[in-house]
Amino acid sequence: MQLTPRSTALTEPVVRDAAAIGLAVGTFGVSFGALAVAAGLSPAQAIASSLLVFTGASQFAFIGVLAAGGGLVAATLPAVILATRNGLYGVAVAPLLRGRLLQRLACSHLVIDESTAMARAQAEPAAGRRALIATGLAVLVCWNLGTAIGAASGGVLGDPRRLGLDAMLPAAFLALLAPHLARPEARRVAVAGGLIALAMVPIAPAGLPIVAAGTAVLIPRMARGRADGPA
Amino acid sequence: MTWVAIGALAAISFGLKMLGPVLVGDRALGRRTREIVALLPVPLLAALIVIGAFADGHSLHLDARAPALAVAGVLVVRRAPFLVVICAAAATAAALRLVA
Repeated sequence: MQLTPRSTALTEPVVRDAAAIGLAVGTFGVSFGALAVAAGLSPAQAIASSLLVFTGASQFAFIGVLAAGGGLVAATLPAVILATRNGLYGVAVAPLLRGRLLQRLACSHLVIDESTAMARAQAEPAAGRRALIATGLAVLVCWNLGTAIGAASGGVLGDPRRLGLDAMLPAAFLALLAPHLARPEARRVAVAGGLIALAMVPIAPAGLPIVAAGTAVLIPRMARGRADGPA
Repeated sequence: MTWVAIGALAAISFGLKMLGPVLVGDRALGRRTREIVALLPVPLLAALIVIGAFADGHSLHLDARAPALAVAGVLVVRRAPFLVVICAAAATAAALRLVA
């Protein structure tokens, strides 16, 4: 059955899905590049941000505060709060990243929303690791190309929302969540996480609702402690 | 100064991203910790879905993204391929906005 090379073929489903996510994120890279330049960053600073910070929500928060007239410290704080969720992602994918310290460090840069979701949707640790790297690299390349195009174009390319591209990522995350929901306790945790996030959006700084939703993992434990039986 | 802020943000982001892979790394986790770590992506994904579909800054909205998510949900239940799911969601939102 092994007629095709296994791990790097472009036709492999994981690579194809990673490329699709990369393209969707890349279109937001275009808007990031355009908005960053409009907020006062140089094109080089916009690209350095996409290459080195490489966590889109934090980057948007940073330039959003700058564009609204905020100072650099005021701009950096919400970006840091947003990046704390990457810390949770790192814990979630850590079991997939066994190996040499240098490799783990290199993979760490790729630990973002999309790559974590793709990695944890795989059944096997080896497949999860490949999904993490494929998705992380696809997004890294597309996000930076998009940023460069946006920074150079100065916003002539228009709003990705008109093409419905903002609806793509929630749909992608839903498709990635679905395999987890076979377990009843995961369904409860998903509903609780979603409700926590919705409740926090109006009152908390951007990014915090996602981190707060993470506390929903403790719910099955609490339920079990209370009922001391199958909940 | 902007360069300093970008550099600081890059360093902090990387520091946060590497915490799990480096600290947890090769260590064998206890059963309870493993269960919690395995479940962690579930609420984070749920939060990303509802925020991506319903939030705009600090307010919540029902707009073209909600029906797009519903279409995606139906396709996910019917086990449609990943690409079909996300493209159908984008097409739904784009079509609704075109009509509106």
